[in-house]
Amino acid sequence: MSVYGIVAAVFGLTRQRPAWVTSALQAVYVNFALLTISVGAMIFALVTHDFSVGYVAQVGSRATPVFYTVISLWGALEGSILFWGWVLAMYSAVVVYSNRTRAGGLVPWSAVALLTICLFFFILLVGPADPWALVSPTPLDGPGPNPLLQNHILMAVHPPLLYLGYVGMSVPFAFAVGALLSGEIHSADWIKLTRRWTLSAWAFLSLAIIAGMWWSYEVLGWGGYWAWDPVENASFMPWLTSTAFLHSVMVQERRGMLKLWNVNLIVGTFLLTILGTFLTRSGIISSVHAFTTGTIGYYFLAFMALCIVVSLVLVAGNSEKLRSDGYLDSAASRETVFLFNNLFLTGFTLVVVLGTLFPLVADAFNGAKVTVGAPFFNKMTIPICVALLFLMGVGPALPWKAATPAQLRAAFVPPSVVVIVIVALCLLSGVREAYAIAAFAFAGFALTNNVREYVIGIRARMKAHGEAVPVALVRLVAANRRRYGGFLAHMGVIMVAAAVTASSSFRFEREGTIKPGQTMLVKGDLSVRLKTLWGKDEPQRQVVGADVEILKKGTVIGMLDPRMNFYRTQEQPVPTPAVRSRPNGDVYINLMAFTPDGNSATLRVILEPYVPWIWVGGMVVAFGAMVSAWPVSRRSARRVGYAVPAPAGGVAGSGGFPTPAMSQTNMSQSAAPTLPTTSA
Amino acid sequence: MSEQSEHTPDPSPRPSSRRPIAIVALLAVIGTFGYLMIGGVEENLVYFLTPNELLAKGTKAIDRPVRLGGQVVPGSVQWNAESLDLRFRVTDGAKEVLVHSTGAPPQMFRAGIGVVVEGKYNRAGVFESHSLMVKHSNEYRAPKAGEGQHPERIDKTLIRS
Repeated sequence: MSVYGIVAAVFGLTRQRPAWVTSALQAVYVNFALLTISVGAMIFALVTHDFSVGYVAQVGSRATPVFYTVISLWGALEGSILFWGWVLAMYSAVVVYSNRTRAGGLVPWSAVALLTICLFFFILLVGPADPWALVSPTPLDGPGPNPLLQNHILMAVHPPLLYLGYVGMSVPFAFAVGALLSGEIHSADWIKLTRRWTLSAWAFLSLAIIAGMWWSYEVLGWGGYWAWDPVENASFMPWLTSTAFLHSVMVQERRGMLKLWNVNLIVGTFLLTILGTFLTRSGIISSVHAFTTGTIGYYFLAFMALCIVVSLVLVAGNSEKLRSDGYLDSAASRETVFLFNNLFLTGFTLVVVLGTLFPLVADAFNGAKVTVGAPFFNKMTIPICVALLFLMGVGPALPWKAATPAQLRAAFVPPSVVVIVIVALCLLSGVREAYAIAAFAFAGFALTNNVREYVIGIRARMKAHGEAVPVALVRLVAANRRRYGGFLAHMGVIMVAAAVTASSSFRFEREGTIKPGQTMLVKGDLSVRLKTLWGKDEPQRQVVGADVEILKKGTVIGMLDPRMNFYRTQEQPVPTPAVRSRPNGDVYINLMAFTPDGNSATLRVILEPYVPWIWVGGMVVAFGAMVSAWPVSRRSARRVGYAVPAPAGGVAGSGGFPTPAMSQTNMSQSAAPTLPTTSA
Repeated sequence: MSEQSEHTPDPSPRPSSRRPIAIVALLAVIGTFGYLMIGGVEENLVYFLTPNELLAKGTKAIDRPVRLGGQVVPGSVQWNAESLDLRFRVTDGAKEVLVHSTGAPPQMFRAGIGVVVEGKYNRAGVFESHSLMVKHSNEYRAPKAGEGQHPERIDKTLIRS
């Protein structure tokens, strides 16, 4: 515990003497090293079952397998705050290291911001969330982690990803503060740095959200993956604002507009991560993430208030430097699409914030216990999602500044044909739900135009360089990774949107109680047969399972074993559904109830078409983001970046994004075309 | 975006002529959202009530989405495994409400246990529930001496080694 005190003191001192910049930056490394030791010590304590340590006594148990013992590091409040601090310290060290040759005040000031955020978490660690508090007398055994959190392998994946994403949003915020404090806010440089960091944090956050959905689907047993639970919303809100930022930042880089707006989005994203942590950690909302009800909520509120005040003062003080350099030329331009994209994404965020906070406000004002149901969120957000899908198709196909009628035709005619085909197919196959049809249609619309960008680029390369399709594809992406990575991320989002629509519109559910040997009809030619009920004793739990055969036209095509886990330390059993995944959909079986003599079991069978594509889409999103964010090595930049100007630019008439190297050249002349274009 | 732009602010007259339009458009869209949200939230609020509070609301509570919390009245549970029809009464000590739901109750469901049912109270005086949750203590704790094992969940003969 003294470790934290020392660290806090070290950087506290250096912070007040900006002259000692080098030493301050070294404190970032020391900070990281000490926290690493601390995390290592905690894992050691967990693994060796040192129950004199408060946190171990809280989540440890001799009966828990080692794997779940290690990951219980983030399984409760104190450990998760420690882990949070460690991730933040790691990010700080990476920021300082990767920019060690950069001159100017940006990085030192950003480091100050990061260390201040770190300090806040240290205060939590020595105050309300002290994992090292001694327990006396030392207990012989502990309760083990929350059963829900030791029931699935995804518990090892989702939380670290979420921290990488969530905490990663502190870095853009620190850069914004650093740029404002150092006066580098008017330079184009800081925004590029910020964009890349936001993009990688965004990729982690996207993966974390998808992994969280997957966990909920595989563990909670209700057959769904998204319930507009405050916890889910907490991770989703910063995702929405950072998505908005990733788009609007392009307008700033290209046209010098929306500077103030972008700073606000960065700050807003960071504040939403703190708000999300407050919501999930303070215990005001009950969920698997709310570990305790304590005073920690007030700390978060105070910190959030501090951040708001500091950001407001800094932004207001620099408003002159955040003035727009450009202006909107035409309604039919990519800028306009980005503007609407931002409008819808912020609108989306507002809806989610409102729906999430409303119960708290209602409770505070008249003590009414209310929840905002999923129908509210669905009703409000589905139209926005459809609109966003539409924009996702329009944006890539429209050029900057102003589109010519020919470009507009090229952007709208092919995807519109796809829309008509999809609507016709939906109607023919009996889909009548207007929103489902609209979602499919616009997903097709967007997919067409995003794929089209690839096709045009590949064709141009094949023509110009005589390359084969795979070679052309690789070189095309390599030449402008930012642009094509973005389109790839779009395709991932489209996959998720289409899969969510399909699985929610065509979901089918049947429940029944059957005896061993009996068969239950599910739907059409699909039925399930209960083979046996069985039990199994494990050190930490008793498992009750049902072996269920899946039959198609009377022949067995698969076998599932849904279970119910009775942990020795908790009364409530934890259901463990079993899922058979195929590209065209899942068969999801949950053991709802059984008789102790094994003579009957109640099964809930859910058919969810195309669910696996949600997980695949999420991975495509992250992959696309990584393609965009990966730093360009000097060698490859020389090889492809300069030698071959983005061919799609001229052909599609859509003006590619500048490659990083290009955007460093003068972009302030917003009236003059700055991109090299080739004509086909 | 470099030094240059700072010293020479854009002299074009067009921004000033276009900006008001943009602002009006923004306000319109934001206004629409605001309206939709206020309307939407009111309709979709789900109140958490006890049987006493539900009955006190009278006709105002009918056909509104409600979460009803209370205890299952012993002896009131009627379960038809064939038709998956479940009926029971929920009490808060003061009043009782008849609840009807379809589907098997959770494994923990039994008389006397705390439940939260979500659904609507209809004119016939029956609470039609579409979701039934057993309320349990979320606390998990170390087993005390002598209670290391839970009572048997399933018959011993079915336990696999």
